Amino acid sequence: MSMIRTENLCKSFGDLEVLKDVNVEVDTGEVVVVIGPSGAGKSTFLRSLNTLEEITSGKIFIEDKIFIHRENNKTLDKMDNAAFKALLLEMGMVFQRFNLFPNKTVLGNVALAPMQVRKKSREEAEAIAKRLIDRVGLSDKLDVYPSKLSGGQQQRVAIARALAMEPKIMLFDEPTSALDPELVGEVLNVMKDLARDGMTMLVVTHEMGFAREVADKVIFMADGQVLETGTPEEIFSAPKTDKAKQFLASIL
Amino acid sequence: MDTLQKMISWLPQLLDGTRITILMTITSTCAGVILGIFLALGKISRNVVISKLCSAYIFFFRGTPLLMQLYFLYYAVPMFLPALTINSRFLAAFIAYGLNSAAYCAEFIRAAIQSIDHGQFEAAKALGLSYGQTMRLLIIPQSIRRLVPPVGNEFIMMLKDVSLVSIISLGDLTKVTRSINSSAATPLVFIPSMIIYLIITAFFTFVFNRVEAHVAKKE
Ligand SMILES: Nc1ncnc2c1ncn2[C@@H]1O[C@H](COP(=O)(O)OP(=O)(O)OP(=O)(O)O)[C@@H](O)[C@H]1O
Ligand SMILES: [Mg+2]
Repeated sequence: MSMIRTENLCKSFGDLEVLKDVNVEVDTGEVVVVIGPSGAGKSTFLRSLNTLEEITSGKIFIEDKIFIHRENNKTLDKMDNAAFKALLLEMGMVFQRFNLFPNKTVLGNVALAPMQVRKKSREEAEAIAKRLIDRVGLSDKLDVYPSKLSGGQQQRVAIARALAMEPKIMLFDEPTSALDPELVGEVLNVMKDLARDGMTMLVVTHEMGFAREVADKVIFMADGQVLETGTPEEIFSAPKTDKAKQFLASIL
Repeated sequence: MDTLQKMISWLPQLLDGTRITILMTITSTCAGVILGIFLALGKISRNVVISKLCSAYIFFFRGTPLLMQLYFLYYAVPMFLPALTINSRFLAAFIAYGLNSAAYCAEFIRAAIQSIDHGQFEAAKALGLSYGQTMRLLIIPQSIRRLVPPVGNEFIMMLKDVSLVSIISLGDLTKVTRSINSSAATPLVFIPSMIIYLIITAFFTFVFNRVEAHVAKKE
């Protein structure tokens, strides 16, 4: 079954066309890695999926249910708010710059949304939060504020925070590119662990090792278009387009 | 010796005035900050009508003299609208100062809110938090830390603006000082009076510095 599917997704900022008819499908349980040069539209694509960007036209399906349908910058088939929010919350997002809440402790960051959005009791939310913080290996930091954590630790908290909403798919936008090289591994390990657990993941990253190891599918984007889709082996060893060849040569 | 005795004899009156000055400063700054938060949220609201109304409010109160606003509220309004006569001088001054302070507070509160990293809104939205929840639980608490210095500043300014209440004959420290000055026919009274102002300023500056250090720890 497909977890997320886009149909002719287009996005412009003013006159600048950033996404041009993007068709992507992520099946349940699949790990899909998106690569491509800077400015290709990878972030915009991810952000369009959970409505941080409003697409210009196209369709987005979540679990084969229509989630967004827009043409000419207008929403068609508008669903009711509750159903829309339920689908929105099936997606968790992890940002390049973590975006933890500085006024909340680690526990507070992770427990906040379950309490406020899912309306769980504080005890219940904190129990969920503690379990997830333990899962990312930060049980000893429950009452610490984010500013006291390393980048790698902050990103692990951010992952726990997204997981606390029990999403069915996790979107990662270059989760390790703001990190010092020695901290990249700890975050990738958490992500690999998630992938092994069967989480559906859509990951923008330049970590080729990660892609080779856990990706079921790699998508190469350039100039707002999907130019190649294939297994990591196919994309990395035998890229077909010149753009992909150039890009891979530049990062390897 | 004689001088000192005189000064001591004025003290009860001066302290009465001091009490009014401090009370007025605290209450109207508090009112200003609270109302200022709503004005700031209104001004950045996507609702154009609300935003324009808040801008107009801020423009009016920053664009006319405080003295005139006070005078207007206490003397002019009752002439047009007798129902709105405010008998308590303290209440009248509190309303005028609170409304005026709100306009100034709104501007730096808005600046503090807009200085919060946009990523905070995105993370909150991705987690399903509403705009109201995001403001209440994340953005405003994060802004508070940046608000302590300007609020402290506003407080000290207010302390001195309160001296204008003498035009509606409310007996604050300045008013009391001037009456002693004219009845005792000596300018000596200005000395203890200014010392009291400096003590209050020093005390509240200290308090605001402590608060600032305290909130800095909680991040
Ligand atoms: N809010 C915006 N307003 C205008 N243009 C934007 C906006 N966001 C992105 N763009 C433009 O859209 C294009 C794609 O940006 P995007 O961030 O999606 O690329 P990317 O593939 O994620 O690149 P990178 O690898 O550098 O993160 C770029 O040309 C960028 O300048
Ligand atoms: Mg990007």
